[in-house]
Amino acid sequence: MNDSTLHSHAPPIAAPHAGTRGGGPDWLFVAAALAVAGTLVRAIWFTPIEAIQGPAQKIFYVHAPSAWVAFLAFGIVALTSILYLWLKDWRLDCVAESSAEVGVVFTTVVLISGPLWGKPIWGTWWTWDARLTLTLFLWFIYMGYLVLRGAIEDRAMRARYSAVLGILGALLIPFIHLSVYLFRTLHPMPIVLKPSAPSLPGDMLTTLLLSFASFTLLYIALLRARYRLATERDELEAEDRT
Amino acid sequence: MAPSTLTAALLIARKDLAIEFRTRTAFFSAVVFALLAIVIFYFAWDPTAVAAVDLAPGVLWVIFTFSGLLGLHRSFGVEMADRAIDGLLGAPIAREAIYLGKALANLVFVAAVQVIAIPAIVLFYNMPLAGRAALAVAAIALLAAIGLTAVGTLFSAMAVNTRLAELLLPMLSLPFFVPIIMPAAQATARLLSGRPVSEAASWLKILIAFDLVFVVACMLAFPHTIEE
Repeated sequence: MNDSTLHSHAPPIAAPHAGTRGGGPDWLFVAAALAVAGTLVRAIWFTPIEAIQGPAQKIFYVHAPSAWVAFLAFGIVALTSILYLWLKDWRLDCVAESSAEVGVVFTTVVLISGPLWGKPIWGTWWTWDARLTLTLFLWFIYMGYLVLRGAIEDRAMRARYSAVLGILGALLIPFIHLSVYLFRTLHPMPIVLKPSAPSLPGDMLTTLLLSFASFTLLYIALLRARYRLATERDELEAEDRT
Repeated sequence: MAPSTLTAALLIARKDLAIEFRTRTAFFSAVVFALLAIVIFYFAWDPTAVAAVDLAPGVLWVIFTFSGLLGLHRSFGVEMADRAIDGLLGAPIAREAIYLGKALANLVFVAAVQVIAIPAIVLFYNMPLAGRAALAVAAIALLAAIGLTAVGTLFSAMAVNTRLAELLLPMLSLPFFVPIIMPAAQATARLLSGRPVSEAASWLKILIAFDLVFVVACMLAFPHTIEE
């Protein structure tokens, strides 16, 4: 009902970024990349090496902020999905699409950096720990989300279907977490050396906070760039139709 | 006079089951698939290292999921021929009634396949299933089937409209079946090894909570998947 009326208003949105199309570099992205690079330099050369874990602990400054960004990204997918079904605004769908894609990238970073740390510290690449399993399933759910988007031609249908999946996916997360948590505690793993979060020394804490800030900035920059791509693609498709 | 949601849902379920009963193609292929899978799983393990009875709960739920998926795909697939779905959408009934009717028919389908598949597993894997344990497994199977059809019916409605229908349904559904298979398998394993019901209680609670949340959520979401 709402969709068909929106459909006829092509292009769907009044190109707010038209002026930047084909313009100079994306300064926000450049700033974010510099911030991340600066954080990594600080993490590698100017933050003390952890006494027990050695240099392997440095991966923490990539792993933890990536996990935070992934959760943030999927939270935004769920929020914009709910709002889309309510308001039927194209821009919300474009944000959901962009956030899901950026979220999957950061989840991939989490899933790759985790085992790299796990091998020297836990003695194994992978363990079916509750958090690891949940992250893996997040990756599956949102990969499915992206595949679903790619498999639907109709723009309005794509937006509605992915909003439904974005909401159901968010509902699923507590259930997966609960069942894998119960699964793990009933079958304790032999090598789960989980230190109960030691309070970090000042230098390390600063680096960690910086990495959270710079990764969040990187997320915003990537989201913005991807969002522009989505809106420009919609405009092109709208032009094709007319 | 427009029928109430429940009456309409029952009518739609009856229509789907009548189609299935007359052709029986999906039912027989799901049953044969389940039996084949039971046989193949047996040979995928070293029988001298792992006793068949230890594998049984796991095999049971894997087969349950995959044979369930076979029926789910057909659910909205039959409506695509001659755009029969337009007739349903044009009827003066609530969209929720279409979902409920479809889900109900799928539930009967999945349950009917299990009525054959579960005894087959008991037979081939020497599973000690008698008396209270049989009742418990039947109850778990019913709870699992409700969750499976609730989510699967919604995704079936979505998948038929996409380019990758056959591939997309399992890809979307399987992550959602994890909180069904895991509690079901764990509860079954405990009950079969003679542990008290209380040990399986927390698993059963997850299963029941999943059913409640997803039946409601999928019913609310369904109108958005067929809106024209």
